[in-house]
Amino acid sequence: MNYDWSWRIFLELSSNGVDSYLHKLLIGVGWTLALSLSAGFIALIFGSVVAVLRTARPVWLQLIGTVYVEIFRNIPLLVQMFLWYFVLPELLPKDWGDALKQMGQPWGQFIPAVLCLSFYGTARLAETLRAGIQSLPGGQRQAGTAMGLTPVQVYRYVIMPQAYRVVIPPLTSEFMGIVKYSSVALTIGLLELTGQARAMQEFSFHIFEAFSAATVGYLLINGCVVLVMHYVERHFALPGRIGWNTRIKLSGAAS
Amino acid sequence: MNFDFSVVIQAMPYLFGTGMTFTLTLTFAAAGMGLILGTLLAMMRLSRYRMLSIPAGIYVNTMRSIPLLLVIFWFYFLMPYIGAWITGASRPMNVGAYKSAIITFTLFEAAYFCEIMRAGIQSVSRGQMSAGLAIGLTNRQAMQSIILPQAFGNMLPSLVTRVIILFQDTSLVYVLSLTDFLGAGVKIGQRDGRLVELYLFVALVYLVICFSASRIVKLLEKRAFVAR
Repeated sequence: MNYDWSWRIFLELSSNGVDSYLHKLLIGVGWTLALSLSAGFIALIFGSVVAVLRTARPVWLQLIGTVYVEIFRNIPLLVQMFLWYFVLPELLPKDWGDALKQMGQPWGQFIPAVLCLSFYGTARLAETLRAGIQSLPGGQRQAGTAMGLTPVQVYRYVIMPQAYRVVIPPLTSEFMGIVKYSSVALTIGLLELTGQARAMQEFSFHIFEAFSAATVGYLLINGCVVLVMHYVERHFALPGRIGWNTRIKLSGAAS
Repeated sequence: MNFDFSVVIQAMPYLFGTGMTFTLTLTFAAAGMGLILGTLLAMMRLSRYRMLSIPAGIYVNTMRSIPLLLVIFWFYFLMPYIGAWITGASRPMNVGAYKSAIITFTLFEAAYFCEIMRAGIQSVSRGQMSAGLAIGLTNRQAMQSIILPQAFGNMLPSLVTRVIILFQDTSLVYVLSLTDFLGAGVKIGQRDGRLVELYLFVALVYLVICFSASRIVKLLEKRAFVAR
């Protein structure tokens, strides 16, 4: 039994006869990045909204938040992907549905994938942020209210700035999660990194080179996520918290 | 728009008899074996010997930073070669998608269970180990009969939550064309031209099962809180 391992395969022409396999894989990296960045950004915004709903005073707001989170967390991502891609066009008015179906490669796949990952990510980030909000002492909210801030202002100026800082470590793993989940988009035909590696494996029969390249790609992307979030964490560390010391050390060395 | 949900009712025996049975078998097989392997990995990571802790750390961190889909593809194609290597055969062995899926999910979940069990072992106070050693237990006995049971108890809610995620993730065996619950739904839907109804039904069933299971986790958490 021997496997014919060759690094040169990456430079050979891929199935379309124009680009090399390496080029194709890099395009895959581009789609993975585009997908995770847009989904991560949308999920962060709406996740904050849902987290606020879940911790707000009025019970009906809490209920809306809870129902949203439970629905999107308890259906497998792959099923949600199929719902967005196959079922949504059927449920919309006919013109809209047809317009969605007729969208060509790759936008016809990219938009449902972004929608799917954003809605799913929103539910997950909302849970993370809610834990952050609830970890703050109740006196913060009361103090804000006592100063005459409206409930919206309390969240905007008192609670959220602290909550974001508290949840940076779990937020890091959620963002890494979004990068990983973006691979599910290959099931609806979007050729992101895993999809490109799979296509390369099918055409070249160099199975393990293709998957090794994809593995390295994900390790690098997630390594960058960790580095960026590390920087964010140090930059925004709160005075008086444990993370503050490292920042003093850093800025002390600079000044 | 016209929907016909009677298709779903006719397909029930197949959906649950074949599909859900497979999904549950895969979930519990991978959870059981993954938990054992994960506990071993956790002990390796916490070991004083770098020979043990470093490889375990690399394994767990790599597994946790790449997508499950990629891992599924990796093992699906790698397994025949590993099989041939173990048995000494000259040609790649025929492993099959079913076995390959069980092995993949076991190895993948082991990495996540490892981190949960590691946190669990670290949550047990150091005095417990010292007390065990003081009454004459060996390191291994103290681990087995004092530390691990407590670690397991402390982490039960997290472990069950992980099994719920595993239950959802098993739907990804779709890419190996295995007939799990989702796969069964898709097959029926394609046969009868009723994909929309089947997708909605499959989503609803997953929602009901996972939601009920997550309520059970809430109860477990409350009980663990009272016990302390």
